[in-house]
Amino acid sequence: MRNIKKVLALVLVAVLCLSCFAACSKSGNTDATTAADDKTTVADETTAADKTTAAGEETPAASGTFKIGSIGPLTGEAAIYGQAVMNGAQIAVEEINAKGGIQLEFQSQDDVSDAETSVNAYNKLVDWGMQVLMGTVTTTPCIAVGAQTNKDRVFTLTPSASSTDVIDGKDNVFQVCFTDPNQGVASADYISENIAGKKVAIIYRNDDAYSQGIHDTFVAEAKEKNVEVVYEGTFTKDTATDFSAQLTGAQSAGAEIVFLPIYYQPASVILKQAADMNYAPIFFGVDGMDGILTMEGFDTKLAEGVMLLTPFSADAEDEATQNFVAKYKEKYKETPNQFAADAYDAIYIIAEALNKAGCTSDMSAADICEKLVSVMPTITFDGITGAGMTWQATGEVSKGPRAVVIENGVYVTPGK
Amino acid sequence: MKKLSSIKGTTKKNGFTYALVIVAFAVVSLLNANGVLSRSAQGLLVPACCYIVMALSLNLTVGVLGDLSLGHAGFMSVGAFSGIVASMSLADAIPNTVVRMALAIVVGALFAAVAGFLIGIPVLRLRGDYLAIVTLAFGEIIKDIITCLIVGHDKNGIHILFNVKGNKSVADLNLAEGGQVIIKGAQGATGTQTIATFTAGFVLIIITLFIILNLVNSRTGRAVLAVRDNRIAAESVGINVTKYKMIVFVISSALAGAAGALYGMNYSSLVASKFDFNTSILVLVFVVLGGLGNMTGSIIAATILYVLPEALREFSDYRMLIYAIVLILVMVATNDPKIKALFGKILPHRKKKGGAVNE
Repeated sequence: MRNIKKVLALVLVAVLCLSCFAACSKSGNTDATTAADDKTTVADETTAADKTTAAGEETPAASGTFKIGSIGPLTGEAAIYGQAVMNGAQIAVEEINAKGGIQLEFQSQDDVSDAETSVNAYNKLVDWGMQVLMGTVTTTPCIAVGAQTNKDRVFTLTPSASSTDVIDGKDNVFQVCFTDPNQGVASADYISENIAGKKVAIIYRNDDAYSQGIHDTFVAEAKEKNVEVVYEGTFTKDTATDFSAQLTGAQSAGAEIVFLPIYYQPASVILKQAADMNYAPIFFGVDGMDGILTMEGFDTKLAEGVMLLTPFSADAEDEATQNFVAKYKEKYKETPNQFAADAYDAIYIIAEALNKAGCTSDMSAADICEKLVSVMPTITFDGITGAGMTWQATGEVSKGPRAVVIENGVYVTPGK
Repeated sequence: MKKLSSIKGTTKKNGFTYALVIVAFAVVSLLNANGVLSRSAQGLLVPACCYIVMALSLNLTVGVLGDLSLGHAGFMSVGAFSGIVASMSLADAIPNTVVRMALAIVVGALFAAVAGFLIGIPVLRLRGDYLAIVTLAFGEIIKDIITCLIVGHDKNGIHILFNVKGNKSVADLNLAEGGQVIIKGAQGATGTQTIATFTAGFVLIIITLFIILNLVNSRTGRAVLAVRDNRIAAESVGINVTKYKMIVFVISSALAGAAGALYGMNYSSLVASKFDFNTSILVLVFVVLGGLGNMTGSIIAATILYVLPEALREFSDYRMLIYAIVLILVMVATNDPKIKALFGKILPHRKKKGGAVNE
């Protein structure tokens, strides 16, 4: 009995320490990436906006105020995605509100990229009176929340949850990003067309829906396009700290391209370890790689020459992108990534759909949902993550992917 | 030994536990029916029930049997995924969701019991810290096995694939037309019909309580307590230690499996990595805070600690930091002799109970 108590005490101490560390590293992140002060001002502005719009509601104006909710990982492992989404959305909301016309009220909730927490966050937003959901940011929570919104009839537009399961059988869920199969297919196509004839190794995380999904379609498409896959290495959440075995495997198999359909955090370790062992293939990532340049404590020199498939590049010269990037840099002191851009577009898409469907803010979420669902397939949207975006009734977006290569710490179009 | 001489007291105490659960259910249902409960509160009901059952079943292992298990989420995982497979594959055969849910919970419990038995064979030969570490390892093994599992269902029955090398995909299931993939390996179970209800959770808690409280007060239960308190003495009077340990371990696993099945049917998507070491520890924290061997305590602790992080949403980014601080304060406070004495004064019979548990 006494022994057990000792062990229990030890375990508890360990757990408490861990949770403290988790909290510390999280607050550390916010300090470095978005600057704590900035964050509070954002929060202040939001609450200020809330107050003014709340006051505005009392005097019935011609333009309605819609409540847009968003859910994403603001803390934890995938926090860069969630924070980018909320920052990007915030800019779009402010722009739309400044323009006049329909007004938007925006609230974000944290889900730590966990399905259970995400459903809780969703319920919280329903209590708040949310009319349209812009979220969720990551795939697994989005499937769970999507089932709920489908039941409750809340229109859902996810900026970045890319699995087909997100939209499968749910008429009210739409995506701004590509689906995973599309990313896998597009990557294989790009490699076969532009860097053909090279041997490819894949390192992917096989306990992650996103990574496994892209891997599966990539391998299938690679076979079709005669892209030679010489090595497949896997890892899991728990083994994402050491990749020397996989890299050695890829190297000895003679791979000249290493395809990394994974998130930026393990990718950063892979880049570091590959550099240490003087292995310099072309690393090819997908949208999960986006964010690596803004990762805290990562030497961006290691990412030189990394190619990735992303719909957004901050160096694009069109006016809309330039405007967004400038505002984002001014406000959050960093270059926006694809997630921020997706969210920025998502808010604009919602606003356009609301306008086109002629929704008024006194309509219930369910009524708005029915109208938006019928209007979405008719919309053609020019955003910063693609021109001429259109949607199928299934919720899938059609737009062209864009490959970029990292040079001198920024994304540029290859061969430029 | 004190428990032997006060059977009447035990009955009274058990009655109080049942009454607490029933009254809580009645109040919450009433509030819900009148629309007083917010959406976020409603959403917490089913998972809270699942965690209560988890805490009760772990308390059986840790508190009553006296063996520290750090892999309890593994059994929840087995129950969740087998329950989901049962529920989804019977969707056409049994349209009635209540019957299907009950069946799925039973299936989940059975599979978890089998897993508990298999794991129990090596694990229960160990003691103390070693046992704790091995259960931890088994929890992780279960997680990894489920990550490799691809399950689909069509008119020919259930198709199962083990994707050990990571080179198989859903297409390899060769499902017939109209077939449905239920578990997609690492991507977990997606598209699950969410048929879990609060009433089912309540019934599950009552059944769990009934099983555990009756077990503890039975001949078997007294043998188990004897094993916990002094293994050598228990062996010397002819108690088969392995047998009784196994009984408790399997029952505990089965109950965790039932909780898992209910949990699995509450969410449209579920990944195996949800049931990792952290979840096991979370449940262990409920048990420790509630008091080892104290079932009422487990129920209250699980409820409070499950609701707390959601109640702290107002603090946005600092939510989990505050949760951790609250946890530390509660743990320190409940172990402070002065505060314990204070409680003893307010609730006179509490002192007696506390003593019995500590011995």
